[in-house]
Amino acid sequence: MKNLMLKKPLLLFALTLLGMSLVTSCGQKGSSAGKGGALGSDAAAATYVAPGEYDAYYAFLSGGFSGQISVYGLPSGRLFKVIPVFSLDPEKGYGFNEETKPLLNTSFGFIPWDDAHHPELSQTNGETDGRWCFINGNNTPRIARIDLTTFETAEIIEIPNSGGNHSSPFTTENTEYVVAGTRFGVPFPQKDVSIDSYAEEFKGALTYISVDKESGNMDVAFQVLLPAFNYDLAHSGKGKSHGWTFFTSYNTELKNTLLEVNASQNDKDFIAAVNWKKAEEYIKQGKFKEMPARYADNEYDESTHTAKSTIKNKVKVLIPEECPGLVYFLPTPKSPHGVDVDPTGEYIVGNGKLSADMSVHSFTKVLKAIENKAFETTIDGVPVLKYEEILAGVVQKPGLGPLHTEFDGKGNAYTTFFISSEVVKWKLGTWEVVDRAPCYYSVGHLMIPGGDSRKPDGKYLVALNKITKDRYLPTGPELTQSAQLYDISGEKMKLLLDFPTIGEPHYAQGIAASKLIERSKKIYPIEENKHPYAALGEKQTKVVREGNTVHVYMTMIRSHFSPDNIEGIKVGDKVYFHVTNLEQDWDTPHGFSVMGARNAELLIMPGQTETLLWEPDRIGVFPFYCTDFCSALHQEMQGYIRVSPANSDVALKWKLGDKASVQ
Amino acid sequence: MKRIPQLLMALGALLLASLFVWPMWKIVLYAPQYPDGVHMHIWINKLGGSTPGTLQNVNILNHYVGMKMIEPDSIAELQYFQYIIMAMIALGLLAALINKRQVFLAWTVLMVILAIAGIYDFYLWEYDYGHSLSDDAPIKIPGASFQPPVFGRKVILNFIAVSLPHIGGYLTGLGMAFGGLAWYLKRKNDRNEKRTFSADVAAAQRV
Repeated sequence: MKNLMLKKPLLLFALTLLGMSLVTSCGQKGSSAGKGGALGSDAAAATYVAPGEYDAYYAFLSGGFSGQISVYGLPSGRLFKVIPVFSLDPEKGYGFNEETKPLLNTSFGFIPWDDAHHPELSQTNGETDGRWCFINGNNTPRIARIDLTTFETAEIIEIPNSGGNHSSPFTTENTEYVVAGTRFGVPFPQKDVSIDSYAEEFKGALTYISVDKESGNMDVAFQVLLPAFNYDLAHSGKGKSHGWTFFTSYNTELKNTLLEVNASQNDKDFIAAVNWKKAEEYIKQGKFKEMPARYADNEYDESTHTAKSTIKNKVKVLIPEECPGLVYFLPTPKSPHGVDVDPTGEYIVGNGKLSADMSVHSFTKVLKAIENKAFETTIDGVPVLKYEEILAGVVQKPGLGPLHTEFDGKGNAYTTFFISSEVVKWKLGTWEVVDRAPCYYSVGHLMIPGGDSRKPDGKYLVALNKITKDRYLPTGPELTQSAQLYDISGEKMKLLLDFPTIGEPHYAQGIAASKLIERSKKIYPIEENKHPYAALGEKQTKVVREGNTVHVYMTMIRSHFSPDNIEGIKVGDKVYFHVTNLEQDWDTPHGFSVMGARNAELLIMPGQTETLLWEPDRIGVFPFYCTDFCSALHQEMQGYIRVSPANSDVALKWKLGDKASVQ
Repeated sequence: MKRIPQLLMALGALLLASLFVWPMWKIVLYAPQYPDGVHMHIWINKLGGSTPGTLQNVNILNHYVGMKMIEPDSIAELQYFQYIIMAMIALGLLAALINKRQVFLAWTVLMVILAIAGIYDFYLWEYDYGHSLSDDAPIKIPGASFQPPVFGRKVILNFIAVSLPHIGGYLTGLGMAFGGLAWYLKRKNDRNEKRTFSADVAAAQRV
């Protein structure tokens, strides 16, 4: 004890020194959070959410290369749920059970992983509405839709003729569309050509995915075919700029090797401004080309609790040369990463990541330049507007490596700087820097709840960091990434909290808890269960053999399976356990796990049916049991399945208690 | 003014119809795992709850201690009570038509008797469910019974059970009160009339 007492001040001293050295080494001045992030006790109080109390906001953080979304509460930073999207989750059988496997189908077949970057909440009138959260799969170009009544993946659609779905899935003001710009130029349609033919043969497609107002179902509406620049990020216009989408690009040099040098030569790259209302007119007039494509659209049906994958093979393509007024290029220094539109829709911020200054365009001036035909040149039918004609202002020397900007709705913008590892607050209109706060370390995106919508909620800002180094207890060579919470309600940003994240949190979205709480489902009503293999009561349970396929119609309820004794299974059978959770009470899932299952277990919500395929390879009697501590008699929730030799004549029979049944 | 008792009688009878719109009684079970309570609703002709799954949830909880499944089909009262209520509505309206204070009183007294009988019947069912425990109950607690209260609050193991009338019950009570009030006002009216009549007669005689 005495030792500890002595050690503590030493440790504090060491930490202070370390903090100071970090601040110096990053070359930052005027840190508002104090040296090395040393916090006052008021910061602890500001993030304290008492046991049993609710957080004010939900935060949806991308899980990056984990392919998931994690759901946190703000301001506490407490983790509520990890939603598997482009990933497998043996814990609940996602991607393993027969119902969710089709969600991960693509034109390449079953792809159970991806690199998920940008969660994006659906909007109505430019405001987050709490219906869906979209997220892009970067590697095998895909967009997923998460249903925010169930917090489960409801649909995944593949993006055809793309490579690297990075500038995605940013929404329009009423979720008319979510967009998907290809990061990598690819031959369009794919073909076997020399990579050196990049500039001639490769193209960059910007895809508009329509979202059904009621069901949320996504469909590829059309693609805009552009030069094979690398389309990096996007945001759609809002308010006065509603009807437009802005995509940043780099590699306007059209190079295909040593890009870190070759794609960093032009002083200015482009923001592609797409007039999607105009695109709708051209589509209506039939001015599109139907091009071959091959992509999967996978939808989960909540009534059958089953996903279905459909392969589609055509796409409507608009070519700018044939569609005047569809696309304009806005010159923007230099390899702009994020493009962010302020809440009024007037300012389009290009975060030129290799630029010393930050350029902000004016939408009003863009329209005027178009009207006056103030074009520098034209590339593949796309007019390049004159930089000076569209510029609203320049934020002078704000920091190094600007990546992303969000807004607080009070006339301020907040930009992350990767290289100088900080968030910088500046004023729209005057372009003056008013505050800066360090990030630990190398911040990528940032998020203010509603910060990319028309109605930001400017109380908190979350910085999403790529590197943590010494910030937490070390865990071997692989360290966590982190999120940092700042209070931005005052003049100065105040660091309140930092917490580790699941995977690399690229982007995030935040929404007032009150918009989601009431929508959240508690159970699936059993009477709405239309699963073809559901047993909607113990009386419907049975075991059916069809050749060497056996269907077990099983139910679960506190605290037993029905049936819980099954005999007559043979080595080499394909046994499908179709398990229905008969519970209709909140928070009463049951698990199902059977010995020797080479895929996963199941975690079945009240009223839901899920199916596990089990292929016994040996004789014996094998237990199955409930894996989710469901009740006082959870431990007794167990059963046996007997496996006989392939040529045996043991009759198929099953029972629960004394009620035996035979096929 | 004179029609008020009659209207009250009719309204009192019609208030019984609320039993077909809202539950009559509710039993709410609170436990740490059920912070909002399990709300079981007793209707004139069915059992239910605040969610479609409530009855199943109550049965699941009950089975640990060996209580019988609550099966609405096996409770005969749920079949015929509704006809008694319909008859009482008809009788109440008839009473309003007849518009005699004795008839109002008779209807009210009959309703009170029926209500007492109903509550006693409710008590018997509760007693039966709370005491007839299966011999193979997973959890056995010597000497324990699980009978919920008829009215008020009672601790049953980890649960706090609260039993109170629901909207239908309150409105039925109000209906009975209206019957009583109708009788009372009618009596008052009748007496006034009698007095006025006697006074008139006396005045006439004086003249």
